[in-house]
Amino acid sequence: MAETAAPATKKNLSLRTSPAALLRAAFETGSVRGSAELSETSFLTMVGVRVNRDSGAGQRIASVTGGLPAKCGEVAGAGDTSVLWLGPEEFMVVAPVEAHESLGGDLLQALREALADGEGQVVDLSANRTTFELTGPRSRAVLEKGCSLDLHPRVLKSGTALSTEIGNIPVVLWKISDESFRIFPRASFAEFLGRWLLDAMREYASPEVP
Amino acid sequence: MLLISCPNCGSRDETEFHYGGQAHVPYPENPNELNDVEWSRYLFYRENTKGAFAERWLHSTGCRQWFNMLRDTVTYDIQAIYPMGTPRPDSPAATSSNPGTKPGTTAPEGATK
Ligand SMILES: [Zn+2]
Repeated sequence: MAETAAPATKKNLSLRTSPAALLRAAFETGSVRGSAELSETSFLTMVGVRVNRDSGAGQRIASVTGGLPAKCGEVAGAGDTSVLWLGPEEFMVVAPVEAHESLGGDLLQALREALADGEGQVVDLSANRTTFELTGPRSRAVLEKGCSLDLHPRVLKSGTALSTEIGNIPVVLWKISDESFRIFPRASFAEFLGRWLLDAMREYASPEVP
Repeated sequence: MLLISCPNCGSRDETEFHYGGQAHVPYPENPNELNDVEWSRYLFYRENTKGAFAERWLHSTGCRQWFNMLRDTVTYDIQAIYPMGTPRPDSPAATSSNPGTKPGTTAPEGATK
């Protein structure tokens, strides 16, 4: 399985389509500048890792990723590789597009080698979810319309990632900074959630009613 | 809407969870020795407790881990949340002399699943 892709030369990836590609124009026009802006970041490398972080394999994997998060909400990682906590022994590694082996990246291979024959798994999940970026001072208000978590900054700190539901869609919600969120819906829910977010953003395009 | 406190994730809405039925139903020691009636008792027959009831829950949208909960089926009061495989904690309702609760409903054997 590992030997199927021989990334010797650059593949022609021009034909691949991201899950919310059909909404690109709608995201453009639906974004409210300086208030709430929405876009899709396509094809990020994502790896599902299941391992006990205290085991030998867990420690080897941690040395590849730059640590594994210890508890719910935590994000570990180093450089442009981040590891999100999904469960006590389940993590999601998020890395740039180029980290994928189809583009010559070695992240997956390094993780597989770190796991070796230890207990756990390393699975390429890059096509499982897509990434939405929601930014702007109103982004929290947009999310609060369909998320039951307490998103107030005194509870949800920047650099926290949580599995939850937005608009009844299961997502991983990652607060990057005070006014920017990354949302990871599964590919098949991307269009629905994209349209749901656009609808939630719409009111901010009009001037506030005094 | 119940607010359920997941041992891993903290308080979350009930919609993030799935119900797993009665807790502490031990897998038969030797299933081959059971007759059909006994096997059906194990598979399908569960308590229908009015009051404190030990049940399994799964945090399906969050950490995807199972845990046990002691919940009052009348008031929906969540009395305890405790890990899989640990015995049912004695609840105040269970120890008080309540003529409505049947004897022998507490099965303190360690749960297997
Ligand atoms: Zn949980």
